[in-house]
Amino acid sequence: MRYIWLIPLLPGIGAALNGLVGIRAFSKQAAGLVACATMTLALGLSVVAFWQLLGLPAEARFYDVNVAEWIPAIPLGMHDGLIGRFHVPWGFRLDPLSGMMLLVVTGVGTLIHVYSTAYMAEEPRGGVARFFCYLNLFCFFMLMLVLGNNFLVMFVGWEGVGLCSYLLIGYWYEKKSAADAGKKAFITNRIGDWGFILGVFLIYYTFGTLDFRAVQDAAALMPVETMQFGVLSAIALLLFIGATGKSAQIPLFVWLPDAMEGPTPVSALIHAATMVTAGVYMVGRNAVLFSHAPMVMEVVAIVGVLTALMAASIGLVQYDIKRVLAYSTVSQLGYMFTAMGVGAFSAGAFHLMTHAFFKALLFLGSGSVIHAMAGEQDMRRMGGLKKYLPVTFMTMMIGTLAIAGIPPLSGFFSKDEILYRAFEHNTLIWALAVVTAMMTAFYMFRLMSMTFLGGYRGPAWEAAGHGHGGDSGAAAAHPGSHDDHAGHAATGHGGHGPWHGPHESPTPMTFPLMALAVGAMVAGLVGIPAAVGGGNAIEHFLEPSFTASTAHQAAAEAAEPAAAQAEAAPEDNAEHASVNIERALMLFSVVIAVIGILLARKFYITSPEVSERLAEQWAGAHRTLSHKYYVDELYNATVVAGTMAGGRGLWGFDRHVVDGGVNGTGWLTLVSSWLSGLTDRYVVDGAVNLVGWTTEESSYWFRRLQTGLVQNYALLMVFGIFAFVGVYLILRSL
Amino acid sequence: MLLSAALFTIGVVGVMVRRNIIIIFMSIELILNAVNINLVAFSNQLQNAVGQVFAIFIIAVAAAEAAVGLGIILAFFRNKETVNIDEMNLMRW
Repeated sequence: MRYIWLIPLLPGIGAALNGLVGIRAFSKQAAGLVACATMTLALGLSVVAFWQLLGLPAEARFYDVNVAEWIPAIPLGMHDGLIGRFHVPWGFRLDPLSGMMLLVVTGVGTLIHVYSTAYMAEEPRGGVARFFCYLNLFCFFMLMLVLGNNFLVMFVGWEGVGLCSYLLIGYWYEKKSAADAGKKAFITNRIGDWGFILGVFLIYYTFGTLDFRAVQDAAALMPVETMQFGVLSAIALLLFIGATGKSAQIPLFVWLPDAMEGPTPVSALIHAATMVTAGVYMVGRNAVLFSHAPMVMEVVAIVGVLTALMAASIGLVQYDIKRVLAYSTVSQLGYMFTAMGVGAFSAGAFHLMTHAFFKALLFLGSGSVIHAMAGEQDMRRMGGLKKYLPVTFMTMMIGTLAIAGIPPLSGFFSKDEILYRAFEHNTLIWALAVVTAMMTAFYMFRLMSMTFLGGYRGPAWEAAGHGHGGDSGAAAAHPGSHDDHAGHAATGHGGHGPWHGPHESPTPMTFPLMALAVGAMVAGLVGIPAAVGGGNAIEHFLEPSFTASTAHQAAAEAAEPAAAQAEAAPEDNAEHASVNIERALMLFSVVIAVIGILLARKFYITSPEVSERLAEQWAGAHRTLSHKYYVDELYNATVVAGTMAGGRGLWGFDRHVVDGGVNGTGWLTLVSSWLSGLTDRYVVDGAVNLVGWTTEESSYWFRRLQTGLVQNYALLMVFGIFAFVGVYLILRSL
Repeated sequence: MLLSAALFTIGVVGVMVRRNIIIIFMSIELILNAVNINLVAFSNQLQNAVGQVFAIFIIAVAAAEAAVGLGIILAFFRNKETVNIDEMNLMRW
């Protein structure tokens, strides 16, 4: 466990190798191998560290490593006038929460690296190395974020993953939409980061430290701000703004669907499994802070559930396979925030873990489909792929059942835990979440039906062995549409000759699918709730991460009973009393999910005309959903246009005031130089000329003296001597 | 002293009134030697050897001056084919 700092460092080394050397020198295989090897090593280390963590007693399950000084102690003022020590080490901490995230990031990350070696095989050589460099760099920063033991190290990771997200979304930078999506993601994230860093400032100002545990301990001693909006609420709200940016919540969710312009493994790793959950993780990290700010908790829950509902409803009508999954991700993240908001921190973290498995699985499966269809992403041009892609179909089906919440797959347990806690907290939130759950089941089965079931609707292809018949036109059936591979169709699939129809993906792609499918099946088993006879192991395991350290907690409970009440510790007695309610809720949510599935089946398999008729009947609603509630348009009209108008205003200011000032200065200089030119010409030159003129004029007189005759000069000398001697003598005689 | 004064006056007048540059040159030598005689006379009267030393210096300088002066006259003569001082007005403006 002393070597946990190596876990982030290994992918960092891989990134450095691939980035500095690999882009020029490595073959595709070498680049992939370096990246996969570093990730596998990191995974191995994580497993070992996690195992050792499990070996410790529950109260002592955290481990700190300070690798080096980052910022040596600087005296800085705090809110109470004291001088605090601003001191930041490169510190890493392993505790249950970060341990779980560690396994998710390295585990899913490794599988996705393996998957990428096959998925990116058609890229040019340097591009593959660049891709793996970014991917490794992302893992480096993500692990830094997860393992950091203070806010600043976390912030380094936080910014780093944003950067890598930008780089990877814009990986096909020749494509304008990809480059734009990258910028959009980055800028939207920056808005959130602004909130996060303000929160960090305020934390230092209030607590005088940035260490997570120290902050939690200090916050646990402060009163719960039920009535007023105090400093803890302000901190929590600012941190939550950061979380909305990173985790794509209202109002900053717009970047995530566009982020699907990136390669599909990127979508799976960054925009489904890891980076977008960073916000949830951060809220969980600061559980004590948040639970001391109930008002902010309400905001979190409401934003979460609204995001979940909104994104799910948009997902109902999308046709791009990846966009459906993107909205699904936003919706599931909304679930996690709902869980955080109602105080069910471990339920949220649990859902984070299960979601990482099944959503990465679904994204990789969709990548496999896109790969099979040579870059087609529109589900209207798919269908009936089940017989061509059996492995992908099976694994994606597992993922879909998991996300829909069918027992005993992982999504059921985590989602149900959240629903139950929401029900305890507020029935309205619960109702919205249940509606969302139904929508989730519906759109996921819509996706599956449109992609894998029914008849094939895609483009025709040249059948194998039929090509030498002489039908030259069939070779043109290569579907190069608005997709991942559009820019590369010529160099990528084109290199293989004509497209031979949908085909199952190679082993490096199907293996991660199967591994993740197993994960999606069993990951939920660690959290079987007590109501159905499970131990809910994960909740007890994660609990220490969400509370202040035990000694402080005792003090806090003594001082402020309400504080302990609001914390994430599950109330055992309440649970016993409501076992029946919980069971009923579980049954209900399963029924809801099944209804969603059956609806999707009815609409898209048995009677497809129903969905079209509905779409016509509710044309307005349908249009609104297709246009994603016009949020992009709204932002364009307000934020973007406002920025542009501001820019134009500043430009006008620049043009008229600043440029005017500069031009005025220039004009003044011109005038003054003209004046000084005049002075120079008439006064200075005049004086000089006058001297010259005087000399010249007087010379007419004086030159007469120069006769050139030696004897004249001698005569003058003699006269002079006589004159001097004469004067001398006269003066002497006087 | 009288001899010296007479020689000096003859020299000065010679420089003033003659037109031939050779004569003028000889008159300048006369002035120098008048000064020598004067110096020697005073040296004898005052019983001080400095005057005689000075006279010897003047003889040496006069020799150099005579050489330079004759050189100038020769050069001039080659250019102008004359020794008439009135023709020597090159310094005139």
